[in-house]
Amino acid sequence: MEVLLNGEKYTVSAPCSITDLISLLQLQGKYAIEINQAIIPKSEYTTVAIRENDTIEIVQAIGGG
Amino acid sequence: MTDMLKIADKDYSSRLLVGTGKYKNLDETKHAIEASGAEIVTVAIRRTNIGQHQDEANLLDVISPDRYTILPNTAGCYDADSAIRTCQLARELLDGHDLVKLEVLGDEKTLYPDVPQTLEAAKSLIKDGFKVMVYTTDDPIMAMRFEEMGCIAVMPLAAPIGSGLGIRNPHTIRTIVENANVPIIVDAGVGTASDAAIAMELGCDGVLMNTAIAEADDPILMATAMKKGIEAGRDAYLAGRMPRRAYASASSPLDGKFF
Repeated sequence: MEVLLNGEKYTVSAPCSITDLISLLQLQGKYAIEINQAIIPKSEYTTVAIRENDTIEIVQAIGGG
Repeated sequence: MTDMLKIADKDYSSRLLVGTGKYKNLDETKHAIEASGAEIVTVAIRRTNIGQHQDEANLLDVISPDRYTILPNTAGCYDADSAIRTCQLARELLDGHDLVKLEVLGDEKTLYPDVPQTLEAAKSLIKDGFKVMVYTTDDPIMAMRFEEMGCIAVMPLAAPIGSGLGIRNPHTIRTIVENANVPIIVDAGVGTASDAAIAMELGCDGVLMNTAIAEADDPILMATAMKKGIEAGRDAYLAGRMPRRAYASASSPLDGKFF
Protein backbone atom coordinates (compact mmCIF):
# COMPACT_ATOMS: atom_id res chain seq x y z
CA MET A 1 0.00 0.00 0.00
CA GLU A 2 1.06 3.54 -0.60
CA VAL A 3 1.60 6.17 2.08
CA LEU A 4 2.99 9.69 2.10
CA LEU A 5 6.15 9.54 4.21
CA ASN A 6 7.87 12.84 5.00
CA GLY A 7 6.31 14.39 1.93
CA GLU A 8 7.19 11.57 -0.48
CA LYS A 9 5.30 8.56 -1.77
CA TYR A 10 6.40 5.36 -0.10
CA THR A 11 5.22 1.79 -0.47
CA VAL A 12 4.90 -0.65 2.41
CA SER A 13 3.35 -4.08 2.45
CA ALA A 14 0.25 -4.50 4.64
CA PRO A 15 -0.14 -5.18 7.49
CA CYS A 16 2.43 -2.72 8.79
CA SER A 17 2.68 -1.40 12.33
CA ILE A 18 4.81 1.58 13.23
CA THR A 19 7.34 -0.80 14.73
CA ASP A 20 7.49 -2.56 11.35
CA LEU A 21 8.04 0.75 9.57
CA ILE A 22 10.78 1.75 12.01
CA SER A 23 12.70 -1.44 11.40
CA LEU A 24 12.12 -1.15 7.65
CA LEU A 25 13.60 2.34 7.68
CA GLN A 26 16.33 1.32 10.14
CA LEU A 27 15.66 4.43 12.19
CA GLN A 28 18.25 5.25 14.81
CA GLY A 29 18.31 7.61 17.78
CA LYS A 30 15.43 9.77 18.93
CA TYR A 31 12.48 10.61 16.73
CA ALA A 32 8.78 11.37 16.94
CA ILE A 33 6.06 10.15 14.63
CA GLU A 34 2.84 11.72 13.49
CA ILE A 35 0.16 10.03 11.42
CA ASN A 36 -2.38 12.34 9.76
CA GLN A 37 -1.22 15.10 12.12
CA ALA A 38 -1.83 13.05 15.28
CA ILE A 39 1.24 12.25 17.37
CA ILE A 40 1.66 8.57 18.07
CA PRO A 41 3.08 7.91 21.56
CA LYS A 42 5.97 5.44 21.66
CA SER A 43 3.84 3.06 23.72
CA GLU A 44 1.51 2.62 20.73
CA TYR A 45 4.11 1.82 18.08
CA THR A 46 3.39 -1.90 18.12
CA THR A 47 -0.39 -1.55 18.07
CA VAL A 48 -1.02 1.29 15.61
CA ALA A 49 -1.42 -0.02 12.06
CA ILE A 50 -0.51 2.08 9.07
CA ARG A 51 -3.28 2.41 6.53
CA GLU A 52 -3.39 3.17 2.82
CA ASN A 53 -2.80 6.85 2.05
CA ASP A 54 -1.75 7.76 5.59
CA THR A 55 0.35 10.89 5.84
CA ILE A 56 3.27 10.02 8.05
CA GLU A 57 5.81 12.47 9.43
CA ILE A 58 8.93 11.28 11.19
CA VAL A 59 10.98 14.05 12.80
CA GLN A 60 14.21 14.32 14.71
CA ALA A 61 16.35 16.97 16.38
CA ILE A 62 18.83 18.72 14.11
CA GLY A 63 21.10 21.75 14.44
CA GLY A 64 19.26 25.01 15.05
CA GLY A 65 19.42 28.21 17.03
CA MET B 1 27.74 28.09 43.92
CA THR B 2 25.75 31.21 44.68
CA ASP B 3 25.14 33.01 41.38
CA MET B 4 23.13 30.51 39.41
CA LEU B 5 20.68 30.88 36.56
CA LYS B 6 17.42 29.17 37.49
CA ILE B 7 15.31 27.91 34.59
CA ALA B 8 12.25 25.76 35.33
CA ASP B 9 13.49 24.92 38.85
CA LYS B 10 16.91 23.82 37.67
CA ASP B 11 20.10 25.71 38.50
CA TYR B 12 22.71 26.39 35.85
CA SER B 13 26.17 27.80 36.41
CA SER B 14 26.47 28.97 32.80
CA ARG B 15 24.47 31.95 31.61
CA LEU B 16 25.32 31.30 27.98
CA LEU B 17 22.76 29.34 25.98
CA VAL B 18 23.80 28.19 22.54
CA GLY B 19 22.28 26.95 19.32
CA THR B 20 23.52 24.07 17.21
CA GLY B 21 22.86 25.41 13.71
CA LYS B 22 25.24 26.47 10.93
CA TYR B 23 28.26 24.44 12.03
CA LYS B 24 30.40 22.69 9.41
CA ASN B 25 29.79 19.29 10.95
CA LEU B 26 28.76 17.57 14.17
CA ASP B 27 32.36 17.42 15.37
CA GLU B 28 32.67 21.20 15.19
CA THR B 29 29.26 21.54 16.86
CA LYS B 30 30.38 19.32 19.72
CA HIS B 31 33.66 21.12 20.33
CA ALA B 32 32.21 24.63 20.05
CA ILE B 33 29.47 23.80 22.53
CA GLU B 34 31.94 22.24 24.94
CA ALA B 35 34.14 25.35 24.68
CA SER B 36 31.17 27.65 25.34
CA GLY B 37 30.48 25.96 28.67
CA ALA B 38 26.77 26.16 27.86
CA GLU B 39 24.44 23.79 29.67
CA ILE B 40 21.27 24.66 27.75
CA VAL B 41 21.44 23.92 24.02
CA THR B 42 18.82 24.63 21.39
CA VAL B 43 17.87 22.26 18.59
CA ALA B 44 15.43 22.41 15.67
CA ILE B 45 12.84 19.76 14.83
CA ARG B 46 12.79 18.63 11.21
CA ARG B 47 11.91 15.67 9.05
CA THR B 48 14.21 12.70 9.42
CA ASN B 49 16.26 12.04 6.32
CA ILE B 50 14.79 8.70 5.34
CA GLY B 51 17.73 7.66 3.23
CA GLN B 52 20.25 8.39 5.99
CA HIS B 53 22.98 5.83 6.54
CA GLN B 54 22.53 3.77 9.64
CA ASP B 55 25.95 4.64 11.01
CA GLU B 56 25.58 8.38 10.42
CA ALA B 57 25.64 10.23 13.76
CA ASN B 58 22.63 12.23 14.91
CA LEU B 59 22.85 15.56 16.69
CA LEU B 60 21.64 14.08 19.97
CA ASP B 61 24.47 11.53 19.83
CA VAL B 62 27.01 14.35 20.18
CA ILE B 63 24.84 16.71 22.25
CA SER B 64 23.52 14.19 24.71
CA PRO B 65 20.32 14.94 26.63
CA ASP B 66 22.05 13.27 29.59
CA ARG B 67 24.65 16.01 29.65
CA TYR B 68 22.80 19.06 28.30
CA THR B 69 19.35 20.51 28.78
CA ILE B 70 17.95 20.27 25.27
CA LEU B 71 15.82 23.25 24.30
CA PRO B 72 13.81 22.48 21.17
CA ASN B 73 12.87 25.56 19.17
CA THR B 74 10.05 26.36 16.80
CA ALA B 75 12.30 28.07 14.27
CA GLY B 76 10.75 28.41 10.85
CA CYS B 77 7.18 28.58 12.20
CA TYR B 78 5.14 31.51 10.91
CA ASP B 79 1.88 30.72 12.70
CA ALA B 80 0.82 29.55 16.15
CA ASP B 81 -0.46 26.16 14.96
CA SER B 82 2.80 24.99 13.42
CA ALA B 83 4.72 26.17 16.50
CA ILE B 84 2.38 24.24 18.81
CA ARG B 85 2.66 21.14 16.62
CA THR B 86 6.46 21.41 16.64
CA CYS B 87 6.52 21.63 20.45
CA GLN B 88 4.27 18.62 20.80
CA LEU B 89 6.49 16.56 18.50
CA ALA B 90 9.56 17.73 20.41
CA ARG B 91 8.04 16.65 23.72
CA GLU B 92 7.31 13.20 22.32
CA LEU B 93 10.76 13.01 20.76
CA LEU B 94 12.48 13.95 24.03
CA ASP B 95 10.45 11.53 26.16
CA GLY B 96 8.19 14.09 27.82
CA HIS B 97 10.73 16.90 28.23
CA ASP B 98 8.49 19.98 28.26
CA LEU B 99 10.89 22.93 28.09
CA VAL B 100 10.62 24.73 24.75
CA LYS B 101 11.86 27.85 23.02
CA LEU B 102 8.83 29.37 21.35
CA GLU B 103 9.39 31.57 18.34
CA VAL B 104 6.73 32.50 15.82
CA LEU B 105 8.18 34.57 13.05
CA GLY B 106 6.65 37.42 11.10
CA ASP B 107 8.59 37.49 7.85
CA GLU B 108 11.65 35.98 6.25
CA LYS B 109 13.50 39.22 5.72
CA THR B 110 13.63 40.32 9.36
CA LEU B 111 12.73 37.08 11.19
CA TYR B 112 11.02 39.45 13.60
CA PRO B 113 8.58 37.80 15.99
CA ASP B 114 4.89 37.82 15.09
CA VAL B 115 3.79 38.83 18.57
CA PRO B 116 0.03 38.16 18.28
CA GLN B 117 0.73 34.64 16.96
CA THR B 118 3.37 34.14 19.64
CA LEU B 119 0.86 35.12 22.34
CA GLU B 120 -1.68 32.67 20.96
CA ALA B 121 0.86 29.85 20.83
CA ALA B 122 2.22 30.62 24.31
CA LYS B 123 -1.25 30.55 25.83
CA SER B 124 -2.05 27.19 24.29
CA LEU B 125 1.33 25.63 25.14
CA ILE B 126 1.23 26.77 28.77
CA LYS B 127 -2.26 25.32 29.11
CA ASP B 128 -0.89 22.07 27.68
CA GLY B 129 1.79 21.92 30.38
CA PHE B 130 4.80 23.26 28.48
CA LYS B 131 7.42 25.42 30.10
CA VAL B 132 7.77 28.21 27.59
CA MET B 133 10.82 30.35 27.00
CA VAL B 134 9.57 32.93 24.58
CA TYR B 135 11.43 34.78 21.84
CA THR B 136 9.87 38.21 21.39
CA THR B 137 10.50 41.82 20.50
CA ASP B 138 12.36 44.10 22.89
CA ASP B 139 9.06 45.63 23.95
CA PRO B 140 8.81 46.09 27.74
CA ILE B 141 5.02 45.82 27.78
CA MET B 142 4.98 42.61 25.74
CA ALA B 143 7.67 41.17 28.00
CA MET B 144 5.39 41.81 30.99
CA ARG B 145 2.43 40.24 29.23
CA PHE B 146 4.39 37.06 28.46
CA GLU B 147 5.52 36.88 32.07
CA GLU B 148 1.97 37.40 33.37
CA MET B 149 0.60 34.63 31.19
CA GLY B 150 3.12 32.17 32.62
CA CYS B 151 6.16 32.06 30.35
CA ILE B 152 9.10 30.90 32.45
CA ALA B 153 11.61 33.12 30.63
CA VAL B 154 11.28 36.06 28.27
CA MET B 155 13.85 36.31 25.49
CA PRO B 156 13.87 39.65 23.70
CA LEU B 157 15.92 40.08 20.56
CA ALA B 158 18.84 42.50 20.68
CA ALA B 159 18.93 42.70 16.87
CA PRO B 160 17.56 40.47 14.10
CA ILE B 161 18.41 36.75 14.21
CA GLY B 162 21.79 36.07 12.62
CA SER B 163 22.52 39.76 12.04
CA GLY B 164 25.35 40.16 14.55
CA LEU B 165 24.41 43.82 14.94
CA GLY B 166 24.77 43.78 18.72
CA ILE B 167 22.53 45.33 21.36
CA ARG B 168 20.65 47.89 19.27
CA ASN B 169 18.50 49.24 22.06
CA PRO B 170 20.05 48.86 25.50
CA HIS B 171 17.40 51.10 27.05
CA THR B 172 14.49 48.79 26.25
CA ILE B 173 16.49 45.74 27.33
CA ARG B 174 17.25 47.45 30.65
CA THR B 175 13.60 48.38 31.13
CA ILE B 176 12.54 44.79 30.44
CA VAL B 177 15.06 43.56 33.02
CA GLU B 178 13.91 46.09 35.62
CA ASN B 179 10.27 45.02 35.29
CA ALA B 180 10.86 41.29 35.23
CA ASN B 181 10.39 38.53 37.79
CA VAL B 182 11.39 35.76 35.38
CA PRO B 183 14.77 35.34 33.67
CA ILE B 184 15.38 37.74 30.79
CA ILE B 185 17.62 36.23 28.16
CA VAL B 186 18.78 38.18 25.15
CA ASP B 187 18.07 35.93 22.19
CA ALA B 188 19.48 36.93 18.83
CA GLY B 189 21.59 39.76 17.53
CA VAL B 190 24.85 39.27 19.42
CA GLY B 191 27.89 39.43 17.12
CA THR B 192 30.92 39.24 19.34
CA ALA B 193 32.02 38.84 22.96
CA SER B 194 31.61 42.52 23.89
CA ASP B 195 27.95 42.36 22.79
CA ALA B 196 27.42 39.44 25.16
CA ALA B 197 29.15 41.38 27.95
CA ILE B 198 26.95 44.44 27.33
CA ALA B 199 23.79 42.33 27.55
CA MET B 200 24.95 40.94 30.87
CA GLU B 201 26.00 44.37 32.18
CA LEU B 202 22.46 45.54 31.48
CA GLY B 203 21.32 42.92 33.98
CA CYS B 204 20.13 40.21 31.65
CA ASP B 205 20.07 36.75 33.18
CA GLY B 206 21.64 35.14 30.15
CA VAL B 207 22.26 35.32 26.42
CA LEU B 208 21.25 32.81 23.75
CA MET B 209 23.29 32.82 20.56
CA ASN B 210 24.14 30.66 17.59
CA THR B 211 25.44 32.47 14.51
CA ALA B 212 27.98 34.61 16.38
CA ILE B 213 29.83 31.43 17.33
CA ALA B 214 29.09 29.23 14.32
CA GLU B 215 30.00 31.85 11.71
CA ALA B 216 33.20 33.01 13.39
CA ASP B 217 36.37 32.09 11.50
CA ASP B 218 37.27 29.95 14.49
CA PRO B 219 34.02 28.92 16.16
CA ILE B 220 35.69 27.10 19.03
CA LEU B 221 37.81 30.11 19.98
CA MET B 222 34.77 32.38 19.67
CA ALA B 223 32.82 30.03 21.94
CA THR B 224 35.53 30.51 24.56
CA ALA B 225 35.44 34.28 24.04
CA MET B 226 31.66 34.31 24.49
CA LYS B 227 31.96 32.34 27.71
CA LYS B 228 34.39 34.94 29.05
CA GLY B 229 32.27 37.82 27.76
CA ILE B 230 29.22 36.49 29.55
CA GLU B 231 31.16 35.94 32.78
CA ALA B 232 32.83 39.35 32.63
CA GLY B 233 29.54 41.10 31.94
CA ARG B 234 27.77 39.27 34.74
CA ASP B 235 30.53 40.04 37.25
CA ALA B 236 30.55 43.69 36.19
CA TYR B 237 26.79 43.88 36.65
CA LEU B 238 27.00 42.32 40.12
CA ALA B 239 29.96 44.50 41.05
CA GLY B 240 28.03 47.67 40.19
CA ARG B 241 29.74 50.07 37.84
CA MET B 242 31.13 53.47 38.87
CA PRO B 243 29.02 56.52 38.16
CA ARG B 244 29.57 58.32 34.87
CA ARG B 245 31.00 61.84 35.25
CA ALA B 246 31.20 64.61 32.71
CA TYR B 247 34.77 65.47 33.71
CA ALA B 248 37.91 63.92 35.16
CA SER B 249 38.37 62.71 38.71
CA ALA B 250 42.03 62.25 39.73
CA SER B 251 43.01 58.77 40.81
CA SER B 252 46.12 59.88 42.73
CA PRO B 253 45.77 61.90 46.00
CA LEU B 254 45.94 65.64 45.77
CA ASP B 255 47.43 65.84 49.30
CA GLY B 256 51.16 65.30 49.95
CA LYS B 257 52.34 66.78 46.72
CA PHE B 258 56.00 67.97 47.02
CA PHE B 259 56.04 69.85 43.73
